[in-house]
Amino acid sequence: MKRNVLMERIKIAAVAAVFAASMAALPGCGGRAQAGIIVAGSTSVQPYAEVLAEEFMLEHPGERIDIQGGGSAAGITAAQTGTADIGMSSRELKGSEKELWYVEIAKDGLAVVVNPANPVDGLTLDQVRGIYSKEITDWSEVGGKKSPIHVITREEGSGTRGAFSDLVMQKTGITPKAIVQDSNGAVRQLVSDDPNAIGYISLGLVNEKVKALRLDGVAATRENVMNGCYNLSRPFLFVTQREPSGAAKRFIDFTLSAAGQKILSGEGLIPPAEGDVK
Amino acid sequence: MKNMKEKLSGRIFLAVALSTLSALAVITVFIFIKGLPIIGKVGVLDFVFGMKWAPSEGAFGIFPMIVGSVAVTLGAVIIGVPVALCCSVFLAEFAPVWMRNLFRPAIQLLAGIPSVVYGFWGVIFIVPFIRDYLGGPGLSILAGSVILAIMILPTIISISEVSILALPRYYKEGALALGLTHWQTIRSLLVPAAKSGIVAAVILGIGRAIGETMAVIMVLGNAVALPESILDPVRTLTTNIGIEMGYASGEHQEALFATGVVLFIIIMILNATAQYIVRRKRAR
Repeated sequence: MKRNVLMERIKIAAVAAVFAASMAALPGCGGRAQAGIIVAGSTSVQPYAEVLAEEFMLEHPGERIDIQGGGSAAGITAAQTGTADIGMSSRELKGSEKELWYVEIAKDGLAVVVNPANPVDGLTLDQVRGIYSKEITDWSEVGGKKSPIHVITREEGSGTRGAFSDLVMQKTGITPKAIVQDSNGAVRQLVSDDPNAIGYISLGLVNEKVKALRLDGVAATRENVMNGCYNLSRPFLFVTQREPSGAAKRFIDFTLSAAGQKILSGEGLIPPAEGDVK
Repeated sequence: MKNMKEKLSGRIFLAVALSTLSALAVITVFIFIKGLPIIGKVGVLDFVFGMKWAPSEGAFGIFPMIVGSVAVTLGAVIIGVPVALCCSVFLAEFAPVWMRNLFRPAIQLLAGIPSVVYGFWGVIFIVPFIRDYLGGPGLSILAGSVILAIMILPTIISISEVSILALPRYYKEGALALGLTHWQTIRSLLVPAAKSGIVAAVILGIGRAIGETMAVIMVLGNAVALPESILDPVRTLTTNIGIEMGYASGEHQEALFATGVVLFIIIMILNATAQYIVRRKRAR
């Protein structure tokens, strides 16, 4: 009996404590942590921005940079409204977006990848378009073994999908029967597991587990993107509401500096062409 | 003084209880405010029965996803319910005490595994297995159904077992006294008598399956097309929100909330049905 009373007391105390703690936590939720800057947007740019921010904060111990995802569209909107100090975009700006201040921090190639066990080494752009619109459904139609092609794409709204649509598909739609994965990494994993799969990922993320196809006879390499032979590429942009200043400017300057560009090249990106910097 | 304390603690509990209720209200109102305008704009029928989902072109039809949700859930029920039912009968009627003490916590542990772990396990084991032995890309209705079947086991087993155990003792005693064998008693008396509890358990299991997101996002393939076989990839209502929310803005985001509205209504109907069945049984 006595024990029951004790248990009751403990329970009441515990509930009260949880309640008090949740109340105490409330005011902390909305506020920004310290005076740092927020960089938000494209999940394609995000991993590279994270590496840059890490290095930047090491060199400038007082600075704080928060990198968030959300996608290109969200990043550009965040820059427009000032929710983020810098927006990240993995596509060109369109229409009224061009009024924002922006700078190209790097170029990224887009590679069409298949499983290393696939005998097909290259396709024409027409064939890729045919595969993604389900006009071509079997590998034997493009010089491979007789087996159905498993088409993998990215989700609606993804910058990578947008770039692939613009550069390869043009007016043709991507088949709704395509498997949809929500990141470059997931597409790469699936292609490396499935001998009949085809997908597209950022060129910087191609590794030995997947094979990047030659397109119209041109190999997907950084050199070919730089000299303009391989034209499946897209810009990575930093976008700000107006001419950047303060910490945002210091971070952008660092990104464009030799040290910053070396980090990006090391991660597999391609430096922006001279004169593209606005 | 003591009275004050009593009153105060009562108030505190009331406040906490109300906060859960208001959380529900806030979430519900928010989902509907965000989701309804786009349904109104597209039209209820075109939204629910539309075949094309291409937010960038302004096409918002979620019918393939409704079919996807139904197909995957149905598969999970077909695989999971017989197993769960046998397991609950075994636990209630056959298992010796020590075995029961082993099984119950083990089943509860099954409920405690995070869904992302189920999904990861599915991608590593089930998907390649289906791809290698049954064909297709592996990411499929079948893979999702197998994962969900395992995930709904704990819900169905524990509720069915409880409803069998809750039957009056004289049911069984009477049946045995009349000369029925143990198996006959189970088959023709205990399971039918516990039917409403078992049906409620299955419906709650269905609710769990239809609402699951993380595990199925990883194994379903997420294609927005009507499936032709159980080896085809599909997208469910939940995975549509999960996979596209990262990039969605404007109407696209509203359409995802609208998907949530449809899901919300489906789950409300399921839960209400389960409650109705349980209540009807009590009333009798």
